[in-house]
Amino acid sequence: MAFIKNVQKTIKENIRDYGMFIALFAIMIFFTITTKGIFISPRNISNLVNQTGYIAVLAVGMTLVIVIRHIDLSVGFLAGFMGAISAIAMVSWHLPVGVVIPLVLILGILAGLLTAFLVAKLGIPAFVASLAGWLIYRGALLLVTLKTGTIIIPNATYNAIGNGYIPDIPDIGILPGAHKVTLLLGILAVIFFVIGEIKNREKKKAYDFEVSSMDMFIMKMIFVSALIMAVTWVLAGYNGLSWTFVIVLVVTLVYHFISTQTVLGRYIYAVGGNPEAAELSGINVKTITYIVFGSMGMLSALSGILYTSRLQSATTIAGQLFEMDAIAAAYVGGVSASGGVGRVTGSIIGAFVMMSLTSGMNLMTIDISSQYIVKGAVLAAAVIFDVATRNRSK
Amino acid sequence: MDKTILEMQHITKEFPGVRALDDVCFSVTDKEIHCLVGENGAGKSTLMKVLSGVYPHGDYEGEIIFNGTVQKYSNISDSKKAGIAIIYQELALIPELTVYENIFLGHEIKSGLVIDWNETIQKATQMLKKVGLDVNPTVKVKELGLGKQQLIEIAKALSVDVKLLILDEPTSALNETDSENLMKLLRDLKKHGVTSVLISHKLKEVIGIADRVTVLRDGRTICTLDAQKGEVSENILIKHMVGREINNVYPKRKSTIVDANVFEVKDWHVYDPKVGREILKNINLNVRKGEIVSLAGLMGSGRTELALSLFGNPRKYRVNGEMVVSGKQVHLTHPEHAIKAGLAYVTEDRKGNGLILIQDIKQNITLANLRAIAENGVVNSNEEVVASKEYKNSLNIKTPSIEQKVLNLSGGNQQKVSVAKWLFVHPQILILDEPTRGIDVGAKYEIYMIMNKLVEQGMSIIMISSELPEILGMSDRIYVVSSGRIAGELSANEATQERIMQLATD
Repeated sequence: MAFIKNVQKTIKENIRDYGMFIALFAIMIFFTITTKGIFISPRNISNLVNQTGYIAVLAVGMTLVIVIRHIDLSVGFLAGFMGAISAIAMVSWHLPVGVVIPLVLILGILAGLLTAFLVAKLGIPAFVASLAGWLIYRGALLLVTLKTGTIIIPNATYNAIGNGYIPDIPDIGILPGAHKVTLLLGILAVIFFVIGEIKNREKKKAYDFEVSSMDMFIMKMIFVSALIMAVTWVLAGYNGLSWTFVIVLVVTLVYHFISTQTVLGRYIYAVGGNPEAAELSGINVKTITYIVFGSMGMLSALSGILYTSRLQSATTIAGQLFEMDAIAAAYVGGVSASGGVGRVTGSIIGAFVMMSLTSGMNLMTIDISSQYIVKGAVLAAAVIFDVATRNRSK
Repeated sequence: MDKTILEMQHITKEFPGVRALDDVCFSVTDKEIHCLVGENGAGKSTLMKVLSGVYPHGDYEGEIIFNGTVQKYSNISDSKKAGIAIIYQELALIPELTVYENIFLGHEIKSGLVIDWNETIQKATQMLKKVGLDVNPTVKVKELGLGKQQLIEIAKALSVDVKLLILDEPTSALNETDSENLMKLLRDLKKHGVTSVLISHKLKEVIGIADRVTVLRDGRTICTLDAQKGEVSENILIKHMVGREINNVYPKRKSTIVDANVFEVKDWHVYDPKVGREILKNINLNVRKGEIVSLAGLMGSGRTELALSLFGNPRKYRVNGEMVVSGKQVHLTHPEHAIKAGLAYVTEDRKGNGLILIQDIKQNITLANLRAIAENGVVNSNEEVVASKEYKNSLNIKTPSIEQKVLNLSGGNQQKVSVAKWLFVHPQILILDEPTRGIDVGAKYEIYMIMNKLVEQGMSIIMISSELPEILGMSDRIYVVSSGRIAGELSANEATQERIMQLATD
């Protein structure tokens, strides 16, 4: 009885945090049923992850931009432009991949800092400053792809980023057809997670703090472990972990860590929550603006690399509307337009929700026009849910 | 001649927890200049809001009789139609519109469906002549100085058929010449039959112009004095304004002053480029170790601006002068540096720029000194809980948990969180800006206790306060600030409410 009460309490207190997670789950089950299991097939899920990658990394950066009460519309064409630069660097300048990728990421950071300069130093609204960037990068993308049109990339290493999978050990007879390294990594992840949680709990106890009851603690560990194993099992059933998945995972973990555990992260959320109070608390709001836009530029470049690699070519319209997808993902994931609220992980879930809708409706052969309408409705519903639960928590 | 034009009878207005107006009676006779004086929070502005319909009929008790009939306004436009015009401290002009557009905003002269601009400009010119203002009506309002803007407000009020003109501290932001011009205009208007009510903190101005003066204190009418009978003088007015008994709500402390300056400001001048004038002139002050020094004065006298200009100057004023902290001359260009130098500033507006309301108590407490509980840039959240719990207990913050959002706390507890936040930076000099505004008596007492404990531990406190009893009850020394300068310095022994008020209204 106490156990059920505990579960109810936990869900009630955290409905806002888990709401989108539950929604993603519901959407996946819905499409699994309507497509008779095709949706949940390893091949489809694997594709879904790879398709979401380049929006997901943008959504991560956009979360922090919106948290500090700004917006960045330039990220889509910046991604496209950076992708084209990477293609040209390899095809025309004959630079190796190991040089091209850091180079493009640094260029991305510089582009982000330029937007930040307009916003923080000159006081131009981010909407306008980044709209100018949107136009400029669009023109720049056209300019560099003008002569050749689409630039085909012959480099296998580069193309593996968007299409390849991590290597597997040779078949030794057990578990034929499954990707064993993926499974192994999954098991390692579960072990690390469990050890981390137990250590954390011990630390809290050492400080004499209240910790969640033992049954809830075990429940949580079983639930999360099962989830990790389920995802790895599905992915192992096709080609294993894709490089895109690995990159998105690393970006998410790093940004989640920075935003929740570090001084920098705290400062970002403080600036978003009340810029004037943050400034008076000794936080340099301008510096934070530079950092957040700089990171956004870097992630735009990364998004460009993921997309270009996935297409194995740079096109003249690469990056079109990426910014809108990223913004939508962030809002679906619970970011607040009034600043200071929003999680990186939420935006990742938001990105997967939107891409699951696309994928599922494609499998159901639903017309593209209806797809847009459904996605618009989901975006509105997510924000309504967010506003409603926020008011209640007051 | 002595016809009564306005009669406000037995007005009582309550806000949750506060009785802002308590059985106030106020009457104005035709063609007089009637001044309304009182301390901050005496109820002057509330009374005028009742009159103008900001608080609609039914929201207050009592009756308003204007021009012989009982009035029941449900909004501002009702009172406007009746002929009552109010000009507020913060001007309601639109800077980007021209003078003539502003004057006729809301009651445009139309022919058919379209505005007749030629007629508008012509009428506007007449109005400007009426208020003695020689400007081109086609310039934008933002290009004019504050004094001229004030006159345009009056022209705007006169452009409708106004019978009663109410001015709420019209001269608080004006220089002397502009103030004198305004007073002259009010006398002129009186000759032309306009009755005015003037709310002002500047008693000299009041004495110079008033036919009668009504004094409010703590939401009550204290008296109405007649200038012609010689009842109006500075001493009498001050006596009535501050005549409150000081009850013993201030905890005693033993004097802890060490005779060594920890903080000194010399020849401090501050120019605010946004308003285009020098807002602080030649400020000199010093604070000793273990001392509570107060900055007394009226709202708008420049005390908060002074605190901000000292605390790393976040508003980017142009500052000239010398600041010495613990014997070292410092030049602070960001609050970050001020904190490092040993200063802390608990802001006046805790919701606006003090706290991050959507974050929880512990995050607010640790924000200004987060690095103290971080290693290599990673916050130790357990240490954070320990530190916050310490302050929760020592300052007696009433909350079920330190994970509570600050939004959900009462004003007094929010203020304690604000204080805790700045104690966590372990400052030498703590600036408290209106530390007890809007909090209940019990919490006030606790704040005073905390202040005493801090100075006993050797901290120095600069307290900005508009409450005279608080200043007298808590300070070792008092600087009175008036119109951006130090009007006087008083020791605790020589200070009285009357003396402070005299300097503050200088």
